Amino acid sequence: MNEQQQTLWQFMSGQSDKLLSQTLQHVGLTFISLILAIAIGLPLGILIARKRKLSGTVLGIAGVLQTIPSIALLGFMIPVLGIGAKPAIVALLIYALLPIIRNTYTGIIGIDQHVKEAARAMGMSKGQILLRVELPLAMPVILAGIRTATVINVGVATLASFIAAGGLGEFIFGGISLNNTNMILAGAIPAALLAIILDALLSLVQKMDFKKLRKALYVFPIVILILGGFYALPTAYGSTLTAGFTPEFMGRQDGDLGLKSTYGLKIHTIVISDAVMYKAAFAKELDVISGYSTDGRLKAFDLKILKDDKNIFPPYYAAPIVRDEALKQFPELEKALNLLSGKITDSIMTDLNYRTDYLHQQPERVAKDFLISNGLYKAPKNGHKGTVRIGSKIFGEQYILTEMYSMLIKGNTDYNVATKTGLGGTKICFDALMNDQIDFYPEYTGTGLLVLLQPDPKIAKEIAHDRNKTYDYVSTEFEKKFKIKWLKPIGFNNSYALMMRQKQSKELNVNSITDLKNYLNKN
Amino acid sequence: MIELKGISKKFGDTQAVKQVSFKVAEKETLVLLGTSGCGKTTTLKMINRLIEPDGGQIFINNENITNQDPDVLRKGIGYVMQNIGLFPHYTIAENIALVPKLLKWDKEKIKSRTQELIQKLHLPERTLAMYPHELSGGQQQRVGLARALVTDPSVLLMDEPFGALDNVTRTSIQKEFKALEELKRKTIVMVTHDVQEAFELADRICLMDKGEVVQIGTPKELLYRPINDFARNFLAGKRLALEFKVINIQDIWTYLPEETIHKGESKSANLSIWEAMELLRNNDRPELFVSGADQAIKSINFGQLTKGFNQYQNAQLHE
Repeated sequence: MNEQQQTLWQFMSGQSDKLLSQTLQHVGLTFISLILAIAIGLPLGILIARKRKLSGTVLGIAGVLQTIPSIALLGFMIPVLGIGAKPAIVALLIYALLPIIRNTYTGIIGIDQHVKEAARAMGMSKGQILLRVELPLAMPVILAGIRTATVINVGVATLASFIAAGGLGEFIFGGISLNNTNMILAGAIPAALLAIILDALLSLVQKMDFKKLRKALYVFPIVILILGGFYALPTAYGSTLTAGFTPEFMGRQDGDLGLKSTYGLKIHTIVISDAVMYKAAFAKELDVISGYSTDGRLKAFDLKILKDDKNIFPPYYAAPIVRDEALKQFPELEKALNLLSGKITDSIMTDLNYRTDYLHQQPERVAKDFLISNGLYKAPKNGHKGTVRIGSKIFGEQYILTEMYSMLIKGNTDYNVATKTGLGGTKICFDALMNDQIDFYPEYTGTGLLVLLQPDPKIAKEIAHDRNKTYDYVSTEFEKKFKIKWLKPIGFNNSYALMMRQKQSKELNVNSITDLKNYLNKN
Repeated sequence: MIELKGISKKFGDTQAVKQVSFKVAEKETLVLLGTSGCGKTTTLKMINRLIEPDGGQIFINNENITNQDPDVLRKGIGYVMQNIGLFPHYTIAENIALVPKLLKWDKEKIKSRTQELIQKLHLPERTLAMYPHELSGGQQQRVGLARALVTDPSVLLMDEPFGALDNVTRTSIQKEFKALEELKRKTIVMVTHDVQEAFELADRICLMDKGEVVQIGTPKELLYRPINDFARNFLAGKRLALEFKVINIQDIWTYLPEETIHKGESKSANLSIWEAMELLRNNDRPELFVSGADQAIKSINFGQLTKGFNQYQNAQLHE
């Protein structure tokens, strides 16, 4: 817990280099996409103000694009644009488009018809009317659109870190995964300040009268261009292979830090979200990724796990962790949950994951099939002795486990079940448990040790490689510190793993992490 | 100067203008008069091609306007409209300088011409740096006129130029317009629905209804030789007031008392009956001396004036 005691200020000053570069990247991303959105949106807005028949279609399409969830949009972009700056900028551009098109259109059609008629009657050409009458008069409305787009972009740009485009999202999402509040705040506070400051500045521009606005309009594009310039496209360096690691993996001793210290691995690394990492590896955007050993996508995307020959990844045996109070409140609960204990091996789990992740079967169906074939399924008793709240993290395996536990509880006890699936990360899940928002969720021994307990590095090193020692340590410590009980392990070990495409692994003859290191040193 | 030959325009199924033809002589003011929806504004806007006709031809100085670039054509025609249409983001000076700038006049020329116009139009110098919304309605309309006049175009089109003003302001601006030397040397086509305004400012009136010309003639012709019931009824409500304004002393000269000898001051017989009445009312003496075409002088009082007017009226109606 030493890191936790660090103040936010200490963290920010310690990481000031990274913070500055992330902030600049963030501003750069926001404004590059803003420039492009203006370059596309303004002419489109003018076009549909001329040809009103088109307005419904164009605004409709821009509106639909706006409603696509940002992480999904980023996912769609990978096959086409790869990862990094390009898809991030395109995604941001798409979000910024609607307010700019709509406000340009509204601004122009809202101009007093008589003023337009007067302009024509004075003999002004269409171009002169546009530049000297329509655009200046519509400018306050257009600026309001740009202002909205800017604020949206600052927010969405945090997600750019999912696809290795950098920005303040690296701290925010890294912090969420690593249970590091300082890290979250170090990303979130500058992002919020950025949004507030830009909004305030643009509102000043918007409130200017015509005289000042005319001058400001010369300065405005220059400022945007400079801000956009902050974002230098990330250039590849050094190694011939590219690794994509999740923000969580980057900050962990049993992750990137361990790879560096124990193996001496030097590889060009970009930070990317778990959601798009496998796809990017499959699309050959990435060569090495940090996956989970039971992930179904391993099978789906034909990836190979590199052998951890120096044992830096500790065991991650899954087991439900339950609040002591919940065990008292629901006496039959422990027995029901333990029904699953020892039933699921690594290969079974990978297969179950494959069925949801790749074959797109419902987690509910996968869970039921498994329980039936193991003789564990019982029809729900529809009991009314209270409701057990199950939580889960936001990946496939946890959804399946949640469904299994839900069926086991309903079939074997008189309790009802409420599920809160898709909690964003370890920290969110654990906080929900501590704050009595859920009663239990499946956790992993390695995570419990290294992320939640964070013991002295010496202790960690000593026990982390031994399955039983780790389990015993977390059981005791959790009971002492948090009044939370670790039930019996389910059986499988979902540890971190480095993986490559099967084909590439064969071509390069890289089978273990040491092989990888040797390959990189040679090339 | 301006000639329309069989001009027609349809909007959808509505025939807005039907076979309209007229000529406007140089330096003449022709007023298009009619109720709203009669096609007068459409007709006006076809002269500077804000609206393109479906059929017929328009000539300005014997040149067919469809052969000209519309933007060039419009720069040579002054245009004043009811809603004024000043640019809200331009100062008054910039609004007036709009067309000269398009024509690339040099700065000095624009400045001196602007100064000249605001003096003639009684606009205070300080308004030049102000924005349109800071001016009164009457002042804005003066700026609108200044903008139309700044390049001294020979043709001026006016679409209900006083329509947005209150009665008092309208009467006083109308008077100023009438007195403005610059307007006297222009060929003007003006649209109005206000009969009194038409009679006040027109050399000739073109009365329109349902997109067609009903009658074209001088105010006097419209009053005394209406071509049909529509023309007669259109003026009926304000007939007496219109007659007082249209008819002058010279017209009723033969119905006035015998000539006298008078050494002092006398008024011209071009005085309208209306003006003569106002003078008599404000006079400290009951009679007024007027001098006719051949320098002959007559003395008239209020009774003699109305008697003469009545006799003239009867004669016109029985002609």
